[in-house]
Amino acid sequence: MDFNDSPDEAAYRQQVRDWLDANAPKARVAGDPEGGDGMAASKAWQAKKAEAGYACITWPKEWGGQGGTPVQNVIFSQEEAKYPIPGNPFQIGLGMCVPTVMTFADEETKKRFVGPALRGEEIWSQLFSEPSGGSDVAGARTKAERAPDGSGDWIISGQKMWTTGAQFSDFGIVITRTSPDKPKHKGLTMFWIDMKDPGVEVKPIHQMSGGSGFNEVFFTNVRVKDSQRLGAVDDGWRVSLVTLMNERLAVGGQTGAGWQQFMEAARNTPGLDGGSALKDGALREKLADWYVQAEGLKHTRNRTMTALSRGQTPGPESSIGKIISAVQMQELGNTAIEMLDQYGIIDDPELASLNGAFHFSLMFGPGLRIAGGTDEILRNIIAERVLGLPGDIRVDKDVPFKDMPTGR
Amino acid sequence: MNFDFSDDQKSLKGEARKFLGANCPTSRARGVLENSAAGYDAELWKSVAAQGWLGAAIPEEFGGLGLGHLELCVIAEELGRAVAPIPFASTVYFLAEAIMLAGDDEQKADLLPRIAAGEIIGAIATSEGPGATTAATLQSTVTDGKLTGVKIPVTDGDIADVALVLAKEGGKPGLYLVELRGEGVTREAVKTLDPTRDAAKLTFKDAPVRRVGAAGAGIELVEQVFDRAAILIAFEQCGGADRCLEMAKEYALERYAFGRVIASYQAIKHKLADMYVKNELARSNAYYGAWALNTNAAELPVAASAARIAASEAYWFASKENIQTHGGIGFTWEMDCHLFYRRSRQLSLVAGAPRVWKERLVSHLERRNAAAA
Repeated sequence: MDFNDSPDEAAYRQQVRDWLDANAPKARVAGDPEGGDGMAASKAWQAKKAEAGYACITWPKEWGGQGGTPVQNVIFSQEEAKYPIPGNPFQIGLGMCVPTVMTFADEETKKRFVGPALRGEEIWSQLFSEPSGGSDVAGARTKAERAPDGSGDWIISGQKMWTTGAQFSDFGIVITRTSPDKPKHKGLTMFWIDMKDPGVEVKPIHQMSGGSGFNEVFFTNVRVKDSQRLGAVDDGWRVSLVTLMNERLAVGGQTGAGWQQFMEAARNTPGLDGGSALKDGALREKLADWYVQAEGLKHTRNRTMTALSRGQTPGPESSIGKIISAVQMQELGNTAIEMLDQYGIIDDPELASLNGAFHFSLMFGPGLRIAGGTDEILRNIIAERVLGLPGDIRVDKDVPFKDMPTGR
Repeated sequence: MNFDFSDDQKSLKGEARKFLGANCPTSRARGVLENSAAGYDAELWKSVAAQGWLGAAIPEEFGGLGLGHLELCVIAEELGRAVAPIPFASTVYFLAEAIMLAGDDEQKADLLPRIAAGEIIGAIATSEGPGATTAATLQSTVTDGKLTGVKIPVTDGDIADVALVLAKEGGKPGLYLVELRGEGVTREAVKTLDPTRDAAKLTFKDAPVRRVGAAGAGIELVEQVFDRAAILIAFEQCGGADRCLEMAKEYALERYAFGRVIASYQAIKHKLADMYVKNELARSNAYYGAWALNTNAAELPVAASAARIAASEAYWFASKENIQTHGGIGFTWEMDCHLFYRRSRQLSLVAGAPRVWKERLVSHLERRNAAAA
């Protein structure tokens, strides 16, 4: 038991370090990563990685990858993170959308899209969630109907929601309702679409936290070719499972201020007895709990990495991360704010401690507890897929979609 | 990255599970529970000694198997899972570890071979009453090589042959070995929450002692011994917590209410998912502790604290929610749920309560931060 690379891993890490040393940016580009200079820098870095085979390490060589292992991918990410690299708006496309295209599209389509996506020339969005359903993806209502002119084309109408990066995306994959007469899982079809098509309208969502990282996407009679279909008609649920399976492999680390920042803030805040708030037993106990959780997650990632390193499929332990980290983000932010007493209400970055990082945690935490699988859905996943408990009794499985009750 | 046990260690764990499955069903713990005179399961103790487990981490020159602490960790996990009613922790995690850490050559030659052979049972005696024992509260004293004072509770104090006792000599705390079958020792059994483990009140009146480690180093030495024991106990706790989750799952899949198995209700599914999450966090922290213990890393005190806090929380949660998942039947004497609930309390308290460890952890983090600044 140790934390060392195997000889092969060490050699790969050295190769990556040498390449990064020669090629990685030395200074961070200022500006919004979602536009302007930031985007240009992101695209330039992506192109450089693609040229050297580091953009999608695990992809086959014929598609621009290295045919590498998941461990090599992790090693590259670890080393890359040591440099002031620009933001990565390609993750959803390369991690989920393009692999779906690669699995279900014809050769011509693959040849057209894989290279430009790999090189960062084109950005992809995943259009699954809707106003009427986020956790329940199979409840999608956005319609796709055959064009009445007999061309075989499809006409898409409806609305998607919580689409990350839609405002700067070139293409997307969209799940639609093609057969409302069939039960919900059996009447869905997947398409790729051009986000610049007439009838596609992107509107940013104003989040409760004040920012706008996600979008609503409206489809008004958007015409697509039958050749844009991914998988068979009404087989879109199976296609979406391929997309979402890739989502599970995207592992996140700590978000927002952590126990270190809390400890520093407590040290610098007056406590109840006139000394430092860091002497407060109640706060110390919470600090210990957060440290233990953060360490637990870190070493859980080390266990996952070990499984990959041994050529095994990581166990279900990797599914616990967000359940812990999102709740901790919200709780830690709130505890820090209450520690400040009356002053805690001030979130002006000029006045608030750590430029308002704790206030950000408080206001963004609720979103993190929902995005990418709610706390509740993640518990269902653990219960059903890890522990093998039965799925919920489904009242919607065999009912034609059009006859299902709908609320708000 | 190689952050896992080796194939050999995993196979040892598999053997331990098989052995305890055959030799330590929960009826053995229940046997001690229902016979207050027993103190421990002497037959199981003998067979565990015959497996060589008591000396797993003791060097071969002292009669042990000379394996490492990682091997001891996997055995500990299985003992915890089986709620084994034997003085393994007292003898191996506390006494043997303390002697290997700070004993002189004579003490090692005297005690380690007898521990490995299962000839003696050990105990550690630090507590003197309600609240954590500190240098300021410590009352027991050693004068001219004789100990006087009262220790309560002492796990396995009623069955042990040798105890490590924290006492003051010349006003400074030290750690001392006392032969409990010798003169000046009076023992009284005490009733505890977990009668599957022995406990006693020890009264010393001029009992002869041998000092372990340097004079005046008692508190530091006890902390080091507790750090090491905490990691091994964390594995027992992980084993127990995982067994509770299994029991809850098995029951929930068999029990019907309102026309379907209760495992199909989200209230139960989410409860079990929460158990799983806590158990995994505990396991990952325990693994880091195992690494620190085996390499004697500088991070050992921090790793031990994190392992103990996470494992105590996981076992507490799993053992209480296992009862809840069972419903009324889980509250009966005949059901095994309370064996784990009781043992979770014993393990959370025996090396100091989680509250104390949280304070220690934060103090370490403060010092580490100050050193880095």
